[in-house]
Amino acid sequence: MNSYPDWWPLVFGRFTFEAIPYHEPILVATFAAVAIGGLGLFALITKLGAWGYLWREWFTSVDHKKIGIMYMVLGIVMLLRGFADALMMRGQQAIAFGANEGYLPPHHYDQIFTAHGVIMIFFVAMPLVTGLMNYVVPLQIGARDVAFPFLNNFSFWMTVGGVVLVMASLFVGEFAKVGWLAYPPLSGKAYSPGVGMDYYLWALQIAGVGTTLSGINLIATIVKMRAPGMDMMKMPVFTWTALCTNVLIVASFPVLAGTVALLTLDRYVGTNFFTNDLGGNPMMYVNLIWIWGHPEVYILILPCFGIYSEVASTFCGKRLFGYASMVYATVVITILSYLVWLHHFFTMGSGASVNSFFGITTMIISIPTGAKIFNWLFTMYRGRIRFELPMMWLLAFMITFVIGGMTGVMLAVPPADFVLHNSLFLIAHFHNVIIGGVVFGAFAGINYWFPKAFGFKLDDFWGKMSFWFWVIGFYVAFMPLYVLGLMGVTRRVNHFDDPSLQIWFVIAAIGAVLILFGILSFLVQIVVSVMNREKLRDVTGDPWNGRTLEWATSSPPPAYNFAFTPMVHDHDSWADMKKRGYQRPLEGFRPIHMPKNTGAGVIISAFATICGLALVWYVWWLAALSFLAIIVTAIAHSFNYDRDYNIPAEEVVREEERRSRALAAARV
Amino acid sequence: MLISVALMLAIIIPVMALTVFFAWRYRAAAESEYDPDWHHSLPLEVVIWAIPLLIVIILGAITWMGTHLLDPYRPLNRISASQPIQTSQQAAQGRERKPLIIQVVALDWKWLFIYPEQGVASVNEVVAPVNQPIEFHITSSSVMNSLFIPALAGQIYAMPGMQTKLNAVINHAGDFDGFSANYSGEGFSGMRFRFKGLEGGGFDDWVRQAREKTEKLGREEYLVLERPSEREKPRQFGTVAPDLFDAVLNMCVDRTKMCMRDMMAMDAKGGGGKEGIHTVMALHYDKTTRRGGEPLGPRPFVTAICSPTDVYGKDGLPARAAN
Amino acid sequence: MSKATAHQTDGGVPVFHVFEDKEVHHPGDSTMLGFWMYLMSDCLIFAVLFATYGVLGRNYAAGPSGADLFDLKLVAVNTAMLLFSSITYGFAMLAMEKGRKAAVQGWLVVTALFGLAFLSIELYEFHHMIAEGATPMRSAFLSSFFTLVGTHGLHVTFGLIWLTVLLVQVGQRGLIPENRRRLMCLSMFWHFLDVIWIGVFTFVYLMGVLK
Repeated sequence: MNSYPDWWPLVFGRFTFEAIPYHEPILVATFAAVAIGGLGLFALITKLGAWGYLWREWFTSVDHKKIGIMYMVLGIVMLLRGFADALMMRGQQAIAFGANEGYLPPHHYDQIFTAHGVIMIFFVAMPLVTGLMNYVVPLQIGARDVAFPFLNNFSFWMTVGGVVLVMASLFVGEFAKVGWLAYPPLSGKAYSPGVGMDYYLWALQIAGVGTTLSGINLIATIVKMRAPGMDMMKMPVFTWTALCTNVLIVASFPVLAGTVALLTLDRYVGTNFFTNDLGGNPMMYVNLIWIWGHPEVYILILPCFGIYSEVASTFCGKRLFGYASMVYATVVITILSYLVWLHHFFTMGSGASVNSFFGITTMIISIPTGAKIFNWLFTMYRGRIRFELPMMWLLAFMITFVIGGMTGVMLAVPPADFVLHNSLFLIAHFHNVIIGGVVFGAFAGINYWFPKAFGFKLDDFWGKMSFWFWVIGFYVAFMPLYVLGLMGVTRRVNHFDDPSLQIWFVIAAIGAVLILFGILSFLVQIVVSVMNREKLRDVTGDPWNGRTLEWATSSPPPAYNFAFTPMVHDHDSWADMKKRGYQRPLEGFRPIHMPKNTGAGVIISAFATICGLALVWYVWWLAALSFLAIIVTAIAHSFNYDRDYNIPAEEVVREEERRSRALAAARV
Repeated sequence: MLISVALMLAIIIPVMALTVFFAWRYRAAAESEYDPDWHHSLPLEVVIWAIPLLIVIILGAITWMGTHLLDPYRPLNRISASQPIQTSQQAAQGRERKPLIIQVVALDWKWLFIYPEQGVASVNEVVAPVNQPIEFHITSSSVMNSLFIPALAGQIYAMPGMQTKLNAVINHAGDFDGFSANYSGEGFSGMRFRFKGLEGGGFDDWVRQAREKTEKLGREEYLVLERPSEREKPRQFGTVAPDLFDAVLNMCVDRTKMCMRDMMAMDAKGGGGKEGIHTVMALHYDKTTRRGGEPLGPRPFVTAICSPTDVYGKDGLPARAAN
Repeated sequence: MSKATAHQTDGGVPVFHVFEDKEVHHPGDSTMLGFWMYLMSDCLIFAVLFATYGVLGRNYAAGPSGADLFDLKLVAVNTAMLLFSSITYGFAMLAMEKGRKAAVQGWLVVTALFGLAFLSIELYEFHHMIAEGATPMRSAFLSSFFTLVGTHGLHVTFGLIWLTVLLVQVGQRGLIPENRRRLMCLSMFWHFLDVIWIGVFTFVYLMGVLK
């Protein structure tokens, strides 16, 4: 710091060249890989002259389908990053015994487990479920877009802003070393003075804005824009779970924003909310963060329950068993998820009565969840099951998830939690439900809706490879952690003394490698499918003999989704339409009013990201400037009244005739 | 615990079996019964809600009783499954078996155990006689930790400025692992200690040996000890300031700082008034600098006032100097 | 299109599509609902801040309490400013219903002036406290006080910026449906801030002084 001139902090804040971790070979290699990959991609796009196309058709698009796809791409890319962290941790724990310190010193290891948690929850699982909801919900309810298309684009780019900050922390400075929920006082200025915690705070704050707005957007869409005839109790189950999820988002993310803001004030202004001194109370943070954190778990799992419901009824060729009880179960879970947060810290010493209250409310959640499992089970009963990939993921989920459910109830018993809290048993439990529930669900959803989004199915062989690697890899990786947890081994430890434990960690590492093959197979599956797209092509728009409205339109759907807004008469409206002799309307097309694309979302988010980066590094002038730019851009955008356009009737006719020809050709 | 696992297995195993069975039985190739419109059955729905409900009612009852019975704050009433805490004979004689009190302070990154009755203290090693109820009083000096000795009892958080309690007893002699179960920063992985259960007079011998140590643990020594360090070897202190744990808990080992107790008493009476605004001083606190990053600016803290519980000791100012 | 025709069946096969006479996309249909939900989410942020104040509001750290610091008369004047601004915004909305552009603009300006007065008094209060040394850093009570009241003030500031922008837009384009919708949203926002302030006034100031 001494060798820098006086003006340096004024211009560059606390950034110095020492902050670039060029002395850490792992990071340099990663950076080189990312840089080369990025440059390659950049060169390729430039060579193809695709920048204009990307900007016009994708980045600025307000089409919920394109935004949904971009969310999925983001989630999958970040899955690679988050999984790389997981592999490094498993590697470290498999070798760091006795005299061997492993290859990751605590300074690095602590960042990795924090980043793994933050990335997997906020930037993998959230984009994947948000992407699927974004893509599917408007189609399922027969709408042309979401209620606020511009806001949708903006939400996506705010999520990207959070991602950019997290990725930047890898190469400039460091990431937080505090665990994914950043409990103070450890995360306070006194004990984490570095930039890592600030990266964490601003990444969450910026991405959180996007998530909240997208939650509001989807609720308004579902409440206001359903096709005529679709009562609440005729909505597809996925739409129901999406509704409940977004209610949870809107009702919990503001709590996260508030809590993170208070911690930010503690770190930047020197207030005393969560400090040890001057009347602060760190335990309040723990309470507040879990008031958000527990619903967050259900935000991730509920849409996946919806996916499983759609998959179950489609591939069993049957209406979902107990639709009403499925809906009520979802609503009950939504409400109960707010009454259980204290089970994350029974060991704080709240007293036996408080602990048992929260233990019992936690167990009560297993009732509706159990009912759901039975519903899927009885949907299979007297069905005609086709073992396509989504169905396989469903079966793997049902078997895996009940184990996770059981260990969850075990953890909900406070006396047991006193022994298992913070242990690898807990780690195994939540990976069991998140991988077994959310990840399997996301893969079921991807395999199920991919043909809708792109017009061709995904390759079966590589899909099965990915499936088996994932499922077997999961069991190999996490069953040892259950065992270790029961033996009293706790989390976030980067070195062990007891050599008898090593074998379990080695097995777990092998499991992680199997999962790696699962992820690679999935990537191969996509590449192979794109190459064989003509062979895998589906022109009907309904490759699975689907039951809900998204299968009524072409694949990929036209920008306007439906030439005519469908009218709904029964559950599983598309199945009902097919059964009752539906004919695709071929004339009478009218111009369709659609929202225009706009770059405002990208620009505002870019400024927000710069603002976040400037705040992390204490570059106050840049922070002030970019904040001002956000406001100016937003105001300028509000002066743009010309936000819609008409798709002329002729274009609709052209589009629909093309589909008619394709359908006719396919029949020949 | 085992009951609850058994109860849950009773539902989970049939579910798994049925999943596999239905998947096989109703596979498309089997051409078995197909009833696409069968989607509702009231009796079946009642059953699928009732079974989990019943199990949860039973589990809930077990949880309620178990949580109260095994509450770490509740004094023990038996030594082991078959042995009550005091024999009827002892009870008749009016002799109560008092628990051994051990005060625990989680430091960066080591554990300090103070035996107030014996007047000794120990770092990274805690010793207790077999079959003797122990009452741990736990706090932390800086960040949150969790005291966990798997062989002894469940864990409980150690939090700065707060005291938690854990009642436990060790039934077998031996040398067990203890550690922090809650991540607390850089040196966390090495924050381990030994827990020894000693039979016969072993504990008294250990105390005697500890007392012979010339090292003493007063406030000044504590302020040196609490600075971050990793993987310290176990060591003992022959004498301990009797009010040390209390001062740690009230975050006023440094005598220039106001004790939390006094601060809270003042706040309960409506604070220190406008005059109280300027009772803060900047504290250069070097225990944070080793956590990486640049050295911190001074932290404000509330200065001590003359109060019945905390008077400037004659060694008060040197204590601050030592810091 | 009415529900009755929507479900009409034609020779056994139900009608599966809406053949609207006029295909209109109503971007504004959901705006009110969406904005209402935004307000509720904002309300939750305030709930967090109120809860924080509830937990930490007596942790004076041997420093000054609300009774020592608050000037209730000043705050009462301040409250009056905000309440008046809500009333005048109401008049602006009434004028909007009648389609009187000039009256709308006039009432909006009055509202903005009241809002500005509120902000100025609040800033004066903050400045006074900080000058005395009662900074947000002094105690958890002061941290939560400044954050709760300051967040409300920040909302009022953004409300004022928005109001100014709308004044210009109404001036440029008149009371077109888009602008009416925006005025309605700002109206909800402005009244919402009023409601929050009543909570702040009661919970923080009155109860702080009364003990």
